[in-house]
Amino acid sequence: MSTHSHDHDHATEGSELDEMTLRVKALESLLVEKGYVDPAALDALIDTYETKVGPRNGAQVVARAWADPAYGERLRQDATAAIAELGFSGRQGEHMVALENTPEQHNMVVCTLCSCYPWPVLGLPPVWYKAPAYRSRAVIDPRGVLAEFGVTLGPDQAVRVWDSTSEVRYLVIPMRPAGTEGWSEERLQHLVTRDSMIGTGLALSPDEVSA
Amino acid sequence: MNGAQDLGGMMGFGPVNPEPDEPVFHAEWERRVLAATLAMGALGEWSIDTSRFARESLPPAQYLTSSYYQIWLAGLERLIRWQELVSADELASGHSQGPGRPTARPPLAPERVASALAAGSPTERPAPAPARFKPGDRVMTRTINPTGHTRLPRYLRHHLGEIIAVHGAHVFPDSSAAGKGEDPQWLYTAKFAASELWGPDADHRDSVTADLWEPYLERA
Repeated sequence: MSTHSHDHDHATEGSELDEMTLRVKALESLLVEKGYVDPAALDALIDTYETKVGPRNGAQVVARAWADPAYGERLRQDATAAIAELGFSGRQGEHMVALENTPEQHNMVVCTLCSCYPWPVLGLPPVWYKAPAYRSRAVIDPRGVLAEFGVTLGPDQAVRVWDSTSEVRYLVIPMRPAGTEGWSEERLQHLVTRDSMIGTGLALSPDEVSA
Repeated sequence: MNGAQDLGGMMGFGPVNPEPDEPVFHAEWERRVLAATLAMGALGEWSIDTSRFARESLPPAQYLTSSYYQIWLAGLERLIRWQELVSADELASGHSQGPGRPTARPPLAPERVASALAAGSPTERPAPAPARFKPGDRVMTRTINPTGHTRLPRYLRHHLGEIIAVHGAHVFPDSSAAGKGEDPQWLYTAKFAASELWGPDADHRDSVTADLWEPYLERA
């Protein structure tokens, strides 16, 4: 909105970002003036999702499941409780289900209706996960989407797409790569990518990590 | 509602476009929109279902040409107007004309952020009646076209599926978004053959699941 540019001469006149910046600043200051929000609480929320919560949490869950069969069993029985054992719980992860990939079945998660995503273990979703291309195609053309992500499926692998339509949140447990026998949990975590826990990727092979 | 949010099976959006090493946020205003949405939600003035309805009932052309945080911002602006937390003049001008009104819950204090996020908002509730279905049961999704919020996507209506999990009774979004209370209903995961949904061109090995509340289902 170029009408505002006279007092924001550093900004690019008429750019979409500039308009959004002004609009959001106006809204936030209004909500603060009305007494509905405390800016320090907003800072704390941002800091949480920008620096504290992210896919390294999920990688800990996956590595534990690979390394500790008893933990894997607890994850199958009650994923919410098993994930909470590692300290991850709460908003957008209140009702967790773990989906184990097998040579017979590859699992992939989408939210066709909005952007449901397991925040405590993966953080905030990437833009593509929330965008129309993925949300529209994941259910009707999952193999095409997987090919675009460079995922090669086994010859006998079925694809099951989980549409997150409720408050249940899904974490894919990718198959443990070959050649990782005896690895520590910490070392295994480095093989676990965000996309492998959405199902649009596979865990990295030992070669890919050292490369 | 049959809005632009109900994207499953639509075509023409092109390839998925992952950004290498994507940052959590792409602009400072995105940070503030996320945080303001969460903090305003903490006031208890609306449910997550109502907030989803505020976004999905945006005009389809606007929804499809907005980034996700633009959709969240537009949704938040609608919610604070619907609840009369701000006046139309205040929203338009960005300036308060008086103190806010009392809210269902107090404003989120910085020291409460961590505990509020850790607690979350579980949606499981005591069951109002025994579950109608169990794993292995064949079900048919209903043909419904509600003008309000629903979590039964169009591409899953009037299709044969199989119950594969029972999750207990949960807040029913269709009622919750309409301001009719939590109205807990049994929640199931149902599995549908890809060929049932998309026809003979679908890979016969593949399937789609969704989490569906009992009112969406009939016995097949």
